[in-house]
Amino acid sequence: MAFDYEKYIRPGKLPHIWCPGCGHGIVMKGLIRAIDTVGLKKENTAIVSGIGCASRLPGYMDCCTLHTAHGRAAAFATGVKMARPEMDVILVGGDGDGTAIGGNHFIHACRRNINMTYIILNNKIYGMTGGQFSPATPTGDKASTTPYGNPDPPFDIAKLAIGAGATFVARGTAFHANQIDKLITEAIQHKGFSVVEILDDCPTTYGRRNKFKSVIEMMNHLKDIAVPVKAAEKMSPEQLKGKVLTGVLYKEEKPEYTEEYAKVIQRAQAAK
Amino acid sequence: MAKKVAFLQGNEAAAHGALYAGCKFFAGYPITPSTEVAEVMSLELPKVGGKFIQMEDEIGAMSALIGASLTGSKVLTSTSGPGLSLKQEIIGYACITEVPCVIVNVMRGGPSTGMPTGPSQSDLMCAKWGTHGDHPAICLTPASVQEIFEETVRAFNLAEKYRTPVMIMPDEIVAHMRERIVFPEPGELEVVDRAPVTVPPEKYKPYDTSFGDIPPLAAFGSGYKFHVTGLNKMADGFPTTKAEYVQAEEERQVRKVEANKADIMKWEEYKVDDADIVIVACGSTSRSARYAVDVARKQGIKAGLFRLITFWPFPEDRLLEISKKVKAFITPEMNLGMTHGIVKGCIEGNAPVLGIFRVDGEPINPEQLIDKMKEVK
Repeated sequence: MAFDYEKYIRPGKLPHIWCPGCGHGIVMKGLIRAIDTVGLKKENTAIVSGIGCASRLPGYMDCCTLHTAHGRAAAFATGVKMARPEMDVILVGGDGDGTAIGGNHFIHACRRNINMTYIILNNKIYGMTGGQFSPATPTGDKASTTPYGNPDPPFDIAKLAIGAGATFVARGTAFHANQIDKLITEAIQHKGFSVVEILDDCPTTYGRRNKFKSVIEMMNHLKDIAVPVKAAEKMSPEQLKGKVLTGVLYKEEKPEYTEEYAKVIQRAQAAK
Repeated sequence: MAKKVAFLQGNEAAAHGALYAGCKFFAGYPITPSTEVAEVMSLELPKVGGKFIQMEDEIGAMSALIGASLTGSKVLTSTSGPGLSLKQEIIGYACITEVPCVIVNVMRGGPSTGMPTGPSQSDLMCAKWGTHGDHPAICLTPASVQEIFEETVRAFNLAEKYRTPVMIMPDEIVAHMRERIVFPEPGELEVVDRAPVTVPPEKYKPYDTSFGDIPPLAAFGSGYKFHVTGLNKMADGFPTTKAEYVQAEEERQVRKVEANKADIMKWEEYKVDDADIVIVACGSTSRSARYAVDVARKQGIKAGLFRLITFWPFPEDRLLEISKKVKAFITPEMNLGMTHGIVKGCIEGNAPVLGIFRVDGEPINPEQLIDKMKEVK
């Protein structure tokens, strides 16, 4: 039997706002399959986002959904999780929202290792505002505010998350649709702050400025550059040039923040 | 049984007032001169099973606060000038999404870093106009340690009752001075809780105006699923750009406070009835003013004090009434004329308004006030 996505979609809220060829819908379907696999209860799941194309995702989901201010999803979500640790909290947002204006909240959520899953849909650009360069736009690429080519070096978002203390970091692409739900499933099941970056280039405001003739060409590009971490172990640095590692990039067990705060409460009450 | 009496600082009293009101969540960021509020909350909240978190910045603290409030907690943050500026975007978010929260803002010299340890009353306009767009504003300005406690309880009551942010803004003098405080017994002060949701989850809408101007707010994690967004929204919480919804929702958000001004406004009139000169003041400045009124009366000057306990909404109608029978108003304040401008604006030219403005980090003393009274013809 075909998978029933509608069980998790809010009645009457489709069609979505995303452009034809955008990968955000592929990621949303992956997220839905993951939620179903893990068995999260809709009324006990908070999906929190900031501002941007990707941040419109929670509105379509039939859960407790919080569409916050630009860049602030991780901070709002921290408040939700701290106040009600029994809720499952998932964050969704783009590369600009999460690593530029929201960069501070992002790294500190990683550092605290608070039990939430952050799905970053990296489309390499500010799509909703018309294609300005983001911290994920490759050097030299064209954006509406880099007409002569981007002088900025980009972040490696997964490395940033690992460096900041996230205890589960994975990367996939919109092309590898069947892998997305597996990565998100594992991220949700991990206890601690988990980050899943999905490469999901924007066809409308990034692709057309950067010599991708079609969405198919962009998708094929994602397929070509992706190298699973296992396969990469057998490849030379030359072979890996221009490639991007996919799969689970990092995983470790560390004390989780809300559990540590529960101990603070115990200590305070014992001392009372 | 004798009541519990303590010798407390204003900031400490704010924290204890919050706990009395049932606050269960605090998010903040260190900033002088409000830090003691956070310190007391970090000590006391876990004892009652509440949560304290020090966030990475002021915006993050305000954001975490709204997230926590949406799960049903009563929430508090504390800050001061520069922090209030940073929090403004999320204060606007709380206004449009109608999420209750209380913000203690201890007023220090500004703008920018200004005078972090010096007193001021220069955030009064920021409390109303700081965040962009039309929105409701409630701001309380207590003048003693006891009053900080009681007004913090009232701030929570107003936030929960009207589903909106409430600011409590002691100036640095009131926040840092120590005074005797008598702790109210449980049940002695009114404590208002969030209105209960009376419909089942499948029928719930977060902005359903069939319940009136202030629809009940359900809690995330309590079985209710709903959408919250900072975009202009419809009854079900989903975004809209339809003119009829946007206009009606904007007006309702402001009306929640405007139509309930009588419940929110609070002031004290001291010897105003037969006064020729009425001082309009709040916070520590009102303490100098009260002293000056007594001294002036002994010298034969019929002075009175109109003390603002609620600053926003401002008691325009009452001041207009008083203006018809006085020779002059005096507005002493630790800023360059914020109360002065508002008073002038609401009394229709019935009396002159003389200002005393100090931004040098020194309090306004009674002598300055008496000298000013003598200028009145």
